[in-house]
Amino acid sequence: MASIGKIARRTFLVGSVAIAGGVAFGYYAVKKPHKNPLLDDLANGEAAFNPWVKISSEGVTLITPHTDLGQGAYSMQAALIAEELDIEFGQFDVDPGPPAAAYYNTAIGPEIAPFRSTDESFQANAAREFFGAVGKLTGIQGTGGSSSVPDSFEKLRLAGAVARETLKKAAAEQTGVAIEDLKTANGAVILPDGSELKYTELAATAAEIKPVQNVTLRDPSQWRLVGKPMQRMDIVPKSTGTLTFGIDLEFENMHHATVKVNPRRGPMLSYDASAAEAMRGVKRVLPVTNGVAVIADNTWRAFKAAEAITCDWGPAPYPAEQEDHWNAVANSFTAEHLDNEWRHDGDADAALEAADSVVEAEYRAPYVAHQPLEPIGAVIMVTDARVDIWVGNQFPRFAQQQIADVTGHDVDDIHIYGQYVGGSFGHRLEFENVTLAAEIGNQMRGEIIKLTFSREEDFAQDFPRQITMSRGKGVVGNGKVDTFDLSIASVSASESQFGRIGLSSPGPDGQIAAGAWNMPYAIPNYRMTAYKTHELAPTSSWRSVGASTAGFFADSFLDELIHAAGADPVEERLRLMDHDVSRKVLEAAAEMSNWGSPLGPNRGRGVAFVESFGVPVAEVIEVTMTDAGIKIDKVFIAADVGKIVDPVNFDNQVKGGVVWGLGHAMNCEITYSDGMAQQSNYHAHEGMRLHQCPEIIVRGLENAEKIRGVGEPPVPPAAPALANAIFAATGKRIREMPFNKHIQFV
Amino acid sequence: MRLTVNRATYEVDVEDDMPLLWALRDELKIKGPKYGCGIAQCGACTVHLDGIAVRACSITTKQAEGREITTIEGLGTPDALHAVQEAWVEHQVVQCGYCQPGQIMSAASFLSMHPEPTDEQIDQAMSANLCRCGTYPRIREAVKAAAAKLQGA
Repeated sequence: MASIGKIARRTFLVGSVAIAGGVAFGYYAVKKPHKNPLLDDLANGEAAFNPWVKISSEGVTLITPHTDLGQGAYSMQAALIAEELDIEFGQFDVDPGPPAAAYYNTAIGPEIAPFRSTDESFQANAAREFFGAVGKLTGIQGTGGSSSVPDSFEKLRLAGAVARETLKKAAAEQTGVAIEDLKTANGAVILPDGSELKYTELAATAAEIKPVQNVTLRDPSQWRLVGKPMQRMDIVPKSTGTLTFGIDLEFENMHHATVKVNPRRGPMLSYDASAAEAMRGVKRVLPVTNGVAVIADNTWRAFKAAEAITCDWGPAPYPAEQEDHWNAVANSFTAEHLDNEWRHDGDADAALEAADSVVEAEYRAPYVAHQPLEPIGAVIMVTDARVDIWVGNQFPRFAQQQIADVTGHDVDDIHIYGQYVGGSFGHRLEFENVTLAAEIGNQMRGEIIKLTFSREEDFAQDFPRQITMSRGKGVVGNGKVDTFDLSIASVSASESQFGRIGLSSPGPDGQIAAGAWNMPYAIPNYRMTAYKTHELAPTSSWRSVGASTAGFFADSFLDELIHAAGADPVEERLRLMDHDVSRKVLEAAAEMSNWGSPLGPNRGRGVAFVESFGVPVAEVIEVTMTDAGIKIDKVFIAADVGKIVDPVNFDNQVKGGVVWGLGHAMNCEITYSDGMAQQSNYHAHEGMRLHQCPEIIVRGLENAEKIRGVGEPPVPPAAPALANAIFAATGKRIREMPFNKHIQFV
Repeated sequence: MRLTVNRATYEVDVEDDMPLLWALRDELKIKGPKYGCGIAQCGACTVHLDGIAVRACSITTKQAEGREITTIEGLGTPDALHAVQEAWVEHQVVQCGYCQPGQIMSAASFLSMHPEPTDEQIDQAMSANLCRCGTYPRIREAVKAAAAKLQGA
């Protein structure tokens, strides 16, 4: 089992400090001499103490820095601490804590290393270690990339264990009973006579003693919470309308604001707000970057006034018409756009040259919006001394810097209070709401303002998923897939996203190839080449990022080759697979779906397998071609995350990922005309509705060695499995999302 | 205007055409009904008007005057859950939860009119409420469970 010596010393030091009325357990991000010069420039502010567990005489608070986007991150983090701390849900509060380098994400860094997740070679692990160190150095506190569970799994249990053992030591000092005779349960230390000392009663003593460091994590056989069905702490509040989202915050004398920003993302040349300024409830109209803000006494009045402002918008810094976006991508399959040849097993050129016939296909995936149901916004108050902002963001420390750039405050004087947010899917990795709120607050110092985007404004200012195309060439023979040569051309969402906050991403963009280069298949000739299209409309990470499109291309093309070979889609994938954990996943989905059993007329079954974020996922989809269009009947999905923290939430996340993947593949795209997104609300970018939702049967496997997150991996196989099923039912190959351009759905 | 919300009476001074949603949220500070789209596409703002589910973003405050308005806060509370909320909790429907007040209000209104719904009726009735997180499979289960609870009650 992991011990603090093995893990914590490498990544963080657990300590304790006295706080008002008690004690806090957490860690120091200490500046210390180190051989690696990269680690030498930790700033002074980063030597601060950051708690995981705070105990006072009043109560216990667990700090859960990963943002809760609806994926249950707060409950997951709390459960991991509580597992070792021996405290139950209901006996503690949670708080996301302040943004801090010490809460750096230990799991994102290693995933940047350009190695297949199945590669455990010395080089692969050395690279992961290096990128992990970069993560520590830069102190990136981030929620994303399905990393919350892997980041938290050991360190939060260790934090709980250190707190528990120190509380026992405090109880021993307070009572004179030997530590070995003490037990813990239900937020209390239990004495041999059965009497209890609540942690809150021990807080003052614990603050005075040196924290116990030599703790060992419990064996999984002793787990009370991890791996067992839990009830997320937000279930009741969210089922009764009593949970306060950011948009629900209320303060005395709060103003209601909205913005109207150039939908072409260019400059605002001029504006006329005279009509708006005369409208009821309108207090101010203020210029902001590329647009205007309206401050009113009611959100609706602000929305109405914003509509009444006439603006002269400058041109878009990208092609005005959608066709030119497609042309730019289509013209990027050239040497000068080469981003990386990610894989070349065998000799694809020789195989294609020698083949009697070559299977060729071209695929497309459009821009798609995030559009979580809670529109973006923030509550802010800027004063000369400080900035206070209430907002849920996935990169709170970057958000601090963005605000500082606007208001001129020191980063330490920018206080972010993380909020529960109504969905993200990547939307809250961005900062438009944060910087615009800061611009408004900065012009109205001393006032408290709630900024709310209208849905139309949110659509217009969303940074969609990458636009991308793929071309495949393949050879089959003797009933087998022999050559798989896939090229993908794409804009780089990562470059666009991080470029907006001044970060450059050196080297090729791994997301362009994600899900396509790393397939666990031993195809004799397997080449995967990525081309980077220059920036068109700005784009961003969208649930499952590159794999949402590259996985569609790669698995669809493989399916075409398998059909061309006359092989069975499951059998041939299994034959090619060179990774045992992945094979078990595919076998599970095939078994669950009773693959191979006859279906009725007009019905079809498709399979897809995509690995993303280190998680192999297989999906089998059954469809029926009805008079009203394609009906998706059932989805069977198997995924292996190594260890499932909460089977209930796992099931919910997996089903949600399937719905997300299918809904957008069916009917969503963002297109540009006159430089503006043509889709302005959900009527034009709908996603899945309940009546279209298939029955979804989920199986989680735990064969993988490393623990992984599951927010994103169920998404990528959904689209290819659906396309492959439609082909099986109708004989029609759909190579472009959204599919409703080519076939109707019920 | 005089509004009756969750059995309490309020005076609001707003334009006749202000959508009920914004009178509730920004004037009366009743935050259960959510703003999602403003054009009756998502259903996050669903409330009951005399027991019938309506989209609060698309009816005016004037239209709601003198009628019985019920929001999620008036349906049940954490200590006294409505049968639909009980089912939602037992089936752990929510993810981000932002659409769920609207989903629950739609389900409660639907079940009051269709106490023994077929699967098809459930699908039809609940399809006007959008959930971006994809909780639909659990919504279906919870609506059925709530129907059984209400029948047993």
